[in-house]
This record gives sequence, structure tokens and C-alpha cells, in this order.
Amino acid sequence: MDSQIDIPAEDEHDSAYAGLLVNDAHWAFGTDFEDPLAGVDTTIPDGVDAPTLAAYALMLGDDALVMSHRVSEWTSNAPDLEDDIALSNIALDLLGQSRLLLARAAKADGSVVPALPEGSPAPPEDALAFFREAHQLRNVRLAELVNGDFAEAVVRVLLFSVWRLATFERLRDSRDHVLAAVAAKGVKELAYHRDYSARWFVTLAQGTDESRRRLLAALEELWPLWPELFDTHAVEAAAAASGVGVDPAEVRAAAEGVLDQVLDAADVPRPEARRRAGVLGRTGRDGMHGEPLSRMLAEMQSVARAHPMGQW
Amino acid sequence: MLTLADLGVLRDVDVVGDSHVVVDITPTYSGCPAMAAMRDDLVRELQGAGFDRVEVRVSLDPAWTTDWITPEGRAALAAAGIAPPGPAPSTSGPIPLTLLPTARQVRCPQCDSPATELVSEFGSTACKAQYRCTSCLEPFDHVKEI
Repeated sequence: MDSQIDIPAEDEHDSAYAGLLVNDAHWAFGTDFEDPLAGVDTTIPDGVDAPTLAAYALMLGDDALVMSHRVSEWTSNAPDLEDDIALSNIALDLLGQSRLLLARAAKADGSVVPALPEGSPAPPEDALAFFREAHQLRNVRLAELVNGDFAEAVVRVLLFSVWRLATFERLRDSRDHVLAAVAAKGVKELAYHRDYSARWFVTLAQGTDESRRRLLAALEELWPLWPELFDTHAVEAAAAASGVGVDPAEVRAAAEGVLDQVLDAADVPRPEARRRAGVLGRTGRDGMHGEPLSRMLAEMQSVARAHPMGQW
Repeated sequence: MLTLADLGVLRDVDVVGDSHVVVDITPTYSGCPAMAAMRDDLVRELQGAGFDRVEVRVSLDPAWTTDWITPEGRAALAAAGIAPPGPAPSTSGPIPLTLLPTARQVRCPQCDSPATELVSEFGSTACKAQYRCTSCLEPFDHVKEI
């Protein structure tokens, strides 16, 4: 903030370049806020284990990061302009949630942040997003699948947002001020995501034979990953026990209730597909992911990894 | 002119000393990409006003609501062709599922007709929905209530 600036003689709003005169050197791959949590009380609540809080924030942050990236892949590829914009906005909201949650994790326990070359301008949340390997990510596997058709996007956003909204509704009461604030804000965003995807779910189910066929196929394909969302990992159990997190098992009834409303309105029966097993019992929360996540990260991270000192 | 204060984005200004000021701003949505531009604007204006040390902090709690947009802000939005928001819905407790498009009374900012229809709940930015006036046929943005 110490940089010397020249005030343009003309109204600076007339020039798109005027803003570039301030804070000249930005980290090249983010917005370079000194601390996205500066205005929030980041004190770790009494009796809360800092590494547990960090691990829990990483889980919620990774869910949003990976889901955001998959949804963002629809940008310029959606069936029409309105849905292109809608999906891009959903991706943006999730990216914002991810940024705050990864920053919270880094603040709670700095040891989770990958080491970067000395002097790198990358803030901790970007180090977490761009410099971890797939096995270090803790997202649920639903988020990472390779995109299918538009019906698959609708079903995936629906399952994800129904679950996450039910979680955030409870997380608003977290003893951690940051998680409570992120949840209070996220609830408003996720309500739009859920209702958008729920309306499209009903529309496709009640549309043409082809749209219903595609919707049912997408639901059948994604259904095996729905139960994983409600598994309680040891980190989540510990976070819930200390009052900072939400036990996923406890939001199942609420999430299933909302999903049933959508299925009823769409006249779609609940699928019978069995849950997808983990690998030796390990799933996304344990860092066990499918190969597509590695490919996704390779693309998402390659530029930042090539330029860890990048400024512009 | 539409100011950050009129938008409810500027939450607090604290003049700490003769040349030191701390400003709190809050994002409209978690991923709002305009935060850095807002910060840079604030830094430039406040340095121009004689503050050598300008701190811009992000305030997350309480979460931004469209109810914080001032009457002047609403008038400025309408004058710029953007329909201002109605009252924000309550977000306490479980948020009920709404399968029908949100019913709003939105008047066209161009011709003031009440005959408008929702095109999409997501518009050119995260905080706006797309509408169309069925009288003058102009498309326009509406700041959606949160």
C-alpha cells in the first residue's frame, strides 16, 4: 500500500488503466488481497484443536474448489447463453467460498500450506489451491468427475448444492467465527444454486423423452456417490464434537427431504444403484481420488506451478 | 453517481491518525471479482485526499444484504438502467426449496412498465438477474434480493 501514485488529471473512471497505477505488483494468479480474513476474528475457539479445524476447513474448501473448476468448464459450452452465465456464476460463488475456507485453514494451521520459493507473492490460499497434489485434496468424489452432458451438470449441481446448503445451514452456528461467517454468506448463494438446478431437473424430467432419458441416466450415474456425502470422517467427527464443524450424518435427513421434494415434483423414482465403494475403504475425504482429478489439477495448476514467483 | 457506501459495500471508515485511515468493505457475493478494483479505487481516492497510509480490510460478518443499498443507491441503479432489489428474504432456519421462478414486482427501468418477465436468475454479474420488459422489449438487469 506504500506505492507512490500519480492521480490522473481526467476523471479516473474514464480510463480502464487508471486502477493499474496502484499496487502495481500483483501476484499473477489471484487478486492479491493481503488477507481475505482481515476483518474477521480468526481466534481459534477454546478447546478446539487447530490442526482439526484446518483439516475440516480444507475439506469444505476443496469441495468448493474442485466443484467450481468442473462447473467453470461449462463456460462457453452451455446449451444457451443464459445457462452459460448461470453456471459461470455458480462456479464463481464456489470459488469465493473456497478461497475463504482455504485461507481459514492456512490461518488455523500454517503447516498445511505447501512451501513455495522464498519471496513468492502467492498468498497461502493460492499455495493450497495451486501447489498440492491430488492425494492431498480432501474433496468428495462427486465434485471431481469428468463433466458429462447438460443433464449431468444439472444433477451434479443439485446433489452438491442440496447437501452443501443443508451443511451450511448448520455451519452458521459454528463456534469458529470464520466458518460461521462463510456459511452465513454461502447459504444465500447455495439457495440460488439449488433452486436453479432443481428447476432444471424438473424441466428436463417433464420435457421430451430425450431430455428425461438423459436426466435419468445422469441420476443413475451420479447416485452411487450420493451416500459418500454423508459419511462421517474422523476429522468431521472431531470438528463437530468441538462445535466448529457439522457431522455430515446429521444433515442427511434434511438433505434427503429436500431431494425427495424435487424427485416428487419431477415424477422421478429414487434410484436403486448401490453406493460406490472406496479404495480399501478410503474415499475422497481420505485423499483417495480418481485419475480425472489429477488431470484436472494438471491443467488448473500448470501455469502457477511454472511461475511460482509470478507477478504482473 | 453510485458510491460504495450507497451499495452497502463500504462498512466502516476509521480515521486512525492525521494520515492513516482504515476502511472496511464487504463482498456482495463470496467470489465477487470486483473487490480488488474497489480496494484500488479506495486507496487511490484516499491517498489523493491526503492519507499516506490506507488500509482496506474485508469484512465478512455480517453478510452483505441488498437491504443495505440506500434510497440514493436504488435511484442511481434505476437511472443506470438496473432495476433495484425488493426486500431481502429471511435466511434464518432452513431455506425452503422454490421450484417456481421467484415472483417479484419488477418495473422496467427504461419505460417504467410493470409488465416484465424473468429471463434468468443469473445475470452479467453474480448479484444480478436478467429480465425483459414485455412492453418496450428491452432486456435489463435486476439486482437480486439476498
